[in-house]
Amino acid sequence: MTQAMDLARAVFLEPHGLDGDKLEQVLSRLVASDTTLADLYFQSARYEAWGLEEGIVKSGSYSIEQGVGVRTVCGEKTGFAYTDEISLPALMDSATAARAISRAGQSGSIRMAAQVPAASARYGIDDPLKSLSEQDKIELLHRIDARARAISPHVQQVMANLMAAHEIILVVDEQGHLRADVRPMVRTNVSVIVERNGQTESAMAGGGGRFDLDWFLNGDKALQFADEAVRKALINLDAQAAPAGSMTVVLGSGWPGVLLHEAIGHGLEGDFNRKGTSAFSGRIGEQVATKGITVVDDGTLEQRRGSLTMDDEGTPTNCTTLIEDGVLRGYMMDRQNAALMNTHSTGNGRRQSYAHLTMPRMTNTYMLAGPHDPQEIIASVDKGIYAVNFSGGQVDITSGKFVFSTSEAYLIENGKVTRPLKNATLIGNGPDVLTRVSMVGNDLALDDGIGVCGKDGQSVPVGVGQPTLRVDGLTVGGTATG
Amino acid sequence: MIELDNREALGAEFQTLAQDFLKAAKAKGATAAEIGIDKGTGLSVAVRMGEVDKLQYHRDQGASISVYFGHKKGFASSGDLSPKALTDALEAACNIARFTAEDEYNGLADPELMAREIPELDLYHPWDVDAARAITLAQETEQAARDHDARITNSEGAEVDSYAGLGVYANSNGFSGITSSTRHTVSCAVVGQEGSAMQRDYWYSSHCLPARLEPAAAIGHKAAERTLRRLNGRSLSPRTVPVLYVPELAKGLVGTLVSGISGGALYRKATFLLNSLGQPVFPDFVQLSERPHLPCTLGSRAYDAEGVATFDREIVEDGRIQGYFVGSYSARKLGMRTTASASGASNLILHDTGQDWQGMLDALGTGLMVTELIGSGINMITGDYSRGAAGFWVENGEVQYPVEEITIAGNLKDMFRDIRAIGNDVDLRGRIQSDSVLIGGMTVAGQQAG
Repeated sequence: MTQAMDLARAVFLEPHGLDGDKLEQVLSRLVASDTTLADLYFQSARYEAWGLEEGIVKSGSYSIEQGVGVRTVCGEKTGFAYTDEISLPALMDSATAARAISRAGQSGSIRMAAQVPAASARYGIDDPLKSLSEQDKIELLHRIDARARAISPHVQQVMANLMAAHEIILVVDEQGHLRADVRPMVRTNVSVIVERNGQTESAMAGGGGRFDLDWFLNGDKALQFADEAVRKALINLDAQAAPAGSMTVVLGSGWPGVLLHEAIGHGLEGDFNRKGTSAFSGRIGEQVATKGITVVDDGTLEQRRGSLTMDDEGTPTNCTTLIEDGVLRGYMMDRQNAALMNTHSTGNGRRQSYAHLTMPRMTNTYMLAGPHDPQEIIASVDKGIYAVNFSGGQVDITSGKFVFSTSEAYLIENGKVTRPLKNATLIGNGPDVLTRVSMVGNDLALDDGIGVCGKDGQSVPVGVGQPTLRVDGLTVGGTATG
Repeated sequence: MIELDNREALGAEFQTLAQDFLKAAKAKGATAAEIGIDKGTGLSVAVRMGEVDKLQYHRDQGASISVYFGHKKGFASSGDLSPKALTDALEAACNIARFTAEDEYNGLADPELMAREIPELDLYHPWDVDAARAITLAQETEQAARDHDARITNSEGAEVDSYAGLGVYANSNGFSGITSSTRHTVSCAVVGQEGSAMQRDYWYSSHCLPARLEPAAAIGHKAAERTLRRLNGRSLSPRTVPVLYVPELAKGLVGTLVSGISGGALYRKATFLLNSLGQPVFPDFVQLSERPHLPCTLGSRAYDAEGVATFDREIVEDGRIQGYFVGSYSARKLGMRTTASASGASNLILHDTGQDWQGMLDALGTGLMVTELIGSGINMITGDYSRGAAGFWVENGEVQYPVEEITIAGNLKDMFRDIRAIGNDVDLRGRIQSDSVLIGGMTVAGQQAG
């Protein structure tokens, strides 16, 4: 079996004549006597996407990107340059530019280190673009279209996309260690527009992860996304105005875990806490959630969209406990912030591409299961809302205020789920929202693999999850007052 | 100086690459083809707490190509501009076109619509700044913010960015054009604290001409003022009140209008503004113009992403929608003519109704001034709108106290019809030149305090 390292060497080093001596030359140029850390990040990425609309596959695209990011860090300072040309002169130029951050002299020559053992692989290295023939990809999109239209005569439009990506990564650190990772990713999205009696609504469903495209064929998973999109859109046709004001909110399991991502996840990223700009800064050891609540960030889950065998600095990913039994335990770290805070990287150093700088980012963030049956949680609420799907969220790290917007929600009256509600934004305060959680379900689920997280202009794939939760006193931004 | 070396030679080289590609596409049997090639170079420095935080050199390039075999289309892109990489991209695009469906609306824009005379838009003004000077400027900006008030206790830093780019677009209808532009930005974000609660806010200035950037100290002071005014915010109990959008947020309302009357949303019937052409979507005093040829303005362009000549036009006249934003594909789908909008809207100008800022506050009377919106709670099909907000409670035209952790909600159809006034306090940054906008009534929700 070909290993990630063999593939990375064959793509980045051998064809460009970059042997150990040449990498040593680049590192020796890059590293100064006051360097905290430095790295070369080689990346090659290929993407393919097919799009169906109005019953035909109208669009297809293919793209290829390749380059090297060159970084040096001295304490809080970072110098960075990149090149899309993989050659010794281009790397030396980038190293000179990045090194300008340091006024210190050369550190002398760097020797390449012995090969380090590879981290345990969390996914296969096969190219998902080749996992189905073009005809089969197109056939799959047509089957999604036919399925969605067969469910309901109200379906007016079906838009379905099929995407596959294959990335090869090689990280060379300041001590001359080489670490490689090969990352597959696939995804399907289905959007539908329904119309009934002149009223129009839409909904979307989808999923994916780090595996081959035939995953969508197993048990007709792609068709289930079509079912789900149509189901949600038809429910939205019956939706009535959501209430406005503070009330009890029951959040469904799985994707509503976007709550954790926004309310606490970003606020626990190492960079904000090192700088003291997060609402969670300096609060390790404090009670920030109801007793019994445990939240982790876990990049090690097999084949998940947010998982990584190693992060973009070559550190193997971990399952990091963020909150344990309601107490804030730890932050998510990359190498630079860990060094500045005298701790170690948690394997959360991620970047969008070779042309972007590494930052602490989440992987798969979720809350562990609790004792309650989900039905028992709903039955406990006299008046409130039951929110089971969301379109996304955002947070102000410093004030701690966060939002997430429903895409499928219902009114709860006298312990029963009654009418569907129009989309509404929920707003809360990150540091105290988890202290308002009064019941935790026994039904932990992770999302289907659709999450994209944006930070500082960089997008990375992530996962979220949680059991059903009862939150007392969250502001619901509907239009129905009184 | 951040500039493209030998810009003219580079443009000529890209034009040759483009023509070679078009020939190769024809040789492959493509009935039509188009290509965009871009290259840019930039410097970005960030300073935090007086010290250098990041120094980044940017160098971006890429090509995007489309090939047509009759009405079948294939698309590919490459970050590598070598002849071998472009040949591979052509191969990939041709392969995709073998599998995509016949779509009678596919194709290049009509040849007679191509830009013939390219107006000089004066968009390329490299900044004579090196890393050392950029660092000094960022330090001055941040220092002004940190010295502004003792309650400014922390900083996310100040950044100075300079970028110069060049692009060539050519298609097999004989069009070939070169554009080059620069963009320079100075920004600052600081944290204020009173008691244990912290707030962060920012300000930035951005222009293609370095001399038109706001002075460093002014940017720092403004970032500090914006942060301090948010301290000690309260929530509000649910209520329906008039809402005043500050200029930088009113841009978002204009952006939502653009999305709602864009070709893709219209032909998919995925917009609350379906069939709105000629309809009174706004009160009769609302006027919105598109002006693509303003010299030295970030959103200016002589032609769109299909080579179609741009032109001045009115989008909203006396409250009625007078034009959509369509490229040639959606234009054909809708039985219309392209509005040279294949790259989206160019410069948009929302005309004011005469009030200055105090006049707008007086018109608001008692209600909510919104200064920040978070989240994406807009349903483009129904127009339902629900977002997280922060701002100020205003009574009788006077600002009372900051508010936070609230939502504002309504329906965009009602909100557009319910615009009461548009201020003359225009925010010139970016491609939408918007003034503050007052909406008659929206639902505000929050905790039961305040």
